[in-house]
Amino acid sequence: MGNWSFFFPEGASTTSGSVDALYLFLIAISVFFGALIAVLLAVFAVKFRRRSDDERPAEIHGSLPLELAWTLFPAGIVLIIFLWSAEVFFTLHRVPKDAMQIHVVGKRWMWKIQHMTGQREISELHVPVGVPVKLTLTSEDVIHSFFVPAFRIKKDAVPGRYNTIWFEATKPGKYHLFCAEYCGTKHSGMIGWVYVMEPAKFQAWLQGGASGGSLASAGERLFNDLACVTCHRADTGARGPALDGLFGKAVKLANGNTVTADEGYLRESIVQPSAKIVAGYQPIMPTFQGLVTEEQIVQLIAYIQTLGGAAGAGATAPAATAAAGATRR
Amino acid sequence: MSAVASHAPSQDAPPRGLAHHFRDLDQQQSAATLGMWLFIAQEVMFFGGLFLAYTIYRSEYNDVFTIASHHLNVQMGAINTAVLICSSLTMAIAVHAAALGHRQQIVLFLILTILLGGVFLGVKVVEYKEKFDHHLVPGPHFSGHELKLEGDRERHAQIYYSLYFAMTGLHALHMIIGVPIILWIAWRAWRGEFSAAYNAPVELVGLYWHFVDIIWIFLFPLLYLIS
Amino acid sequence: MSERNNYLTNGYGVRSWLLTVDHKRIAILYLVSITLMFFIGAAFAACLRLELATPQGDVFQPETYNKIFTMHGVFMVFFFLIPSIPAVLGNFLIPIMIGAKDLAFPKLNLLSWYLYIFGAAFTLYAMVSGGLDTGWTFYTPYSTAYSNTAVISTGLGIFIAGFSSILTGLNFIVTIHKMRAPGLTWFRLPLFVWAHYATSIIQVLGTPVIAVTVLMVAVERMLHLGFFDPALGGDPILFQHMFWFYSHPAVYIMILPAMGVISELVTAMTRKRVFGYEFIAASSLTIAVVGFLVWGHHMFVSGQSTYAGFVFSALSYLVAIPSAIKVFNWVATLYKGSVSWDAPMLYTIGFIGLFTIGGLTGLFCAALGLDLHIHDTYFIVAHFHYIMVGGSIMAYLGGMHFWWPKITGRMYPEWWARVSAAVIFIGFNLTFFPQFILGYLGMPRRYHAYPDEFQVLNVLSSAGASILGIGYLIPMFYFAWSMRYGPKAAPNPWKAKGLEWGIASPPPTENFESQPIVTEEAYAYAEPASKPAGGGGHGTPVPA
Repeated sequence: MGNWSFFFPEGASTTSGSVDALYLFLIAISVFFGALIAVLLAVFAVKFRRRSDDERPAEIHGSLPLELAWTLFPAGIVLIIFLWSAEVFFTLHRVPKDAMQIHVVGKRWMWKIQHMTGQREISELHVPVGVPVKLTLTSEDVIHSFFVPAFRIKKDAVPGRYNTIWFEATKPGKYHLFCAEYCGTKHSGMIGWVYVMEPAKFQAWLQGGASGGSLASAGERLFNDLACVTCHRADTGARGPALDGLFGKAVKLANGNTVTADEGYLRESIVQPSAKIVAGYQPIMPTFQGLVTEEQIVQLIAYIQTLGGAAGAGATAPAATAAAGATRR
Repeated sequence: MSAVASHAPSQDAPPRGLAHHFRDLDQQQSAATLGMWLFIAQEVMFFGGLFLAYTIYRSEYNDVFTIASHHLNVQMGAINTAVLICSSLTMAIAVHAAALGHRQQIVLFLILTILLGGVFLGVKVVEYKEKFDHHLVPGPHFSGHELKLEGDRERHAQIYYSLYFAMTGLHALHMIIGVPIILWIAWRAWRGEFSAAYNAPVELVGLYWHFVDIIWIFLFPLLYLIS
Repeated sequence: MSERNNYLTNGYGVRSWLLTVDHKRIAILYLVSITLMFFIGAAFAACLRLELATPQGDVFQPETYNKIFTMHGVFMVFFFLIPSIPAVLGNFLIPIMIGAKDLAFPKLNLLSWYLYIFGAAFTLYAMVSGGLDTGWTFYTPYSTAYSNTAVISTGLGIFIAGFSSILTGLNFIVTIHKMRAPGLTWFRLPLFVWAHYATSIIQVLGTPVIAVTVLMVAVERMLHLGFFDPALGGDPILFQHMFWFYSHPAVYIMILPAMGVISELVTAMTRKRVFGYEFIAASSLTIAVVGFLVWGHHMFVSGQSTYAGFVFSALSYLVAIPSAIKVFNWVATLYKGSVSWDAPMLYTIGFIGLFTIGGLTGLFCAALGLDLHIHDTYFIVAHFHYIMVGGSIMAYLGGMHFWWPKITGRMYPEWWARVSAAVIFIGFNLTFFPQFILGYLGMPRRYHAYPDEFQVLNVLSSAGASILGIGYLIPMFYFAWSMRYGPKAAPNPWKAKGLEWGIASPPPTENFESQPIVTEEAYAYAEPASKPAGGGGHGTPVPA
């Protein structure tokens, strides 16, 4: 990428090329129209410059054909740009089904990252090359934004909700990670690195660091410690709905609406349980806001994902995913 | 300095109440009316922000909003609605009287409007005090105890009451500002400043008061009658 | 040129100025105030660029830097850009351009100025009592629950200044509807008036929304409420929707009057009717309306739904088209015109070029797939500075030069004006073009310190900023100088069309000695001057 690196950051994801292509197309259009306007201005200003104070220029009101032309032609161009950019956006938005799940919690002023296998990282993210990775983002305090220029992706980490973004890295290396939403004093210090590794090296790294077991096992411990199991049981007469096989399924609420039990729903059910009451149950679940951290919520959700054979994303062993990833191109 | 130029038919003095930069009273009154409508339009946008927040949170937390709404005093709200509608009636009569140049009627009905407005505000004071006593005023002393709500439901109730106080408080503020203005117009009417030819100020204060009434007509069902 | 009594000499003393209801004097009051606000905002910008010349945060503490960029934004947006052209040039010219003696509500006009001063005072107080560090965008929950700075006092200052803006807009709409001279139909109005009409609609309908939003932020902060705080059941994204619902149309408040100025300059400086008058007028209204529908393009990465993203992106492309139409029409006006190279024309040409670049880069920002990368980077900063500074400020300066002889009765020194226009153009591009590149490379906004590899471009930008600063200072000197030593100006030094050029420079307090009656189209340069009753048709020069 020689001398282009003055203008372009390195492109290290499957989508960075298409974002750059769109960018180059827009540059071409801008150069064309910019030059057109500049040249016309220069030519007209010189050619028709005032030579005598008594000049009487021609009377020209306008021209309907010209107006139509320079309305419809730009309209056509922006339509093309819109459709192209929407297509790129849609690709960036549609998470591949078996993406590796990683949870990110922004907190002033660091990124707390949890792998499903239990590894935790602070402001560093290790990922294997060639494997789609899905990041679930939230924040413990104010709004942050997870930005990796090399992958051409960015998504806000908003407190109170989950946002998701995905990427598939294509080149091993070390890439900037920035916080891109102003968050106070050390906003410019909330930076780090994304390490993209060859699959074998990534395996070795994974083996090396898991302290408390996988996220799901930590979640199971919490589930018992916090006594969730006293209400959320499979037997009839349980005070709360059973959670086996819940993840990803449709849930009928007391008000008649139906929602999907995704990560956002589970998180809300833990911190604001009264917001969505399941049909047939009473609003008696206490709120756990303040009693569990965002990371602990992530662990609980990881555990719930494994219940009753629900095929939660990322619940499969990372080894299988990484190996499969190496052959997927 | 040079005299004010105008195209008015030969008159020695400009008509009473005509400002120097207008051609005639018609233009002046027409401008004033458009100005008041624009002011009302921006007031609608101002309240609109709160109505938006209300809509979003009511759909999010419908349960709690219903419980909290039941706790409001519907009788007082209904009385206030009737009082305000009557005050719009007295205001309309005052405006009509102004158009006919009936000085005493203008003053009488403007005063009646003020009195009815005062009743409304008095009832609101009683209502607010009740909320204060039950710890339902948002802030450090808020408690969901009276509503039998706790935890996150208590927080949702606080959002309801924040909107309740913000919306009714803003509305009441508009009435508090309106009353002295009506008083001022009533005083000018008593001094005989208005006639069939010149009565725009009465008409405009009428527009303002009707607007304040209409806001309440939306607030009452939205806040008091959630079921 | 007799020393006739004019609006400047009609009464001396502080009271005659502070209690004036003459729209021209109020315009001067605004001119002094916003110029002060501009230099405060510019001083903050100078500090910013000084810090950013080196990768480390070695000039200011991080907290101080955060306050500096916040106050730069607050002063420039709310206290300079939004009032500038409407409150100075609009106030001065609109009544004259439509043949009226004053605005519809002169006392309300004076109230607008006092509200502006009151709001500015609150904000200045906030600045000296520690400043604000939330960014001019006040995002929650940082502003409501985490920041330890002057959120409430700055918010109050903005709230009060907002009502100044609303009342000015209200005044303009009523004036334009109800006080046009006989014969002045809508489609004979100068495009400057059309532009301000469109702007005023936005001011009246949009500003109340940010007023109530700022109020909600202040109350939430004081009482620990939960409108926007997720810990209390609120939604931070609701704040963003409410904030941007105003703040996007606000950028059209900042550019539409500038476009109105350019329309006037391009015709007067070429002595040729504007090409496509109706299309330019219609574009102004279209931008005002469609501009209310695109606010979500500031929130593509916030987590709003994909569907919403598509809608906002499509509408954002739609709103670009009327601006393009204007640019083409202005360029076409130069064709076969009599193009002057005086300073107002240089500013006009500079505007058209820089606004085109700014507008084209808007296409980048509206592109969903691309915005994921460039959002909250220096690309965005460069984009809006091209429009606000390369666009609005150049138009404002062009307008000030063009109407200076009318406002003050004196001519500015032309050679110095051309030099400073060139210095501004060069300094501006050097400051902001590198920022496009920085943004795509990934440098985020609002960064106090940055990785070393971004330094070269930052140094270029800071160097440009010093040149730009010099460019802005030079006119301060020669404008002041001209008020005492500049040659006295004739009523119509540019030989331009327009009711303002038919009266004395400076104008008398009541503007016209008798009611002008309009009998010709706007910008009727090619037609022989008509002789309307009452002495003052479109642009007939009054004998000195």
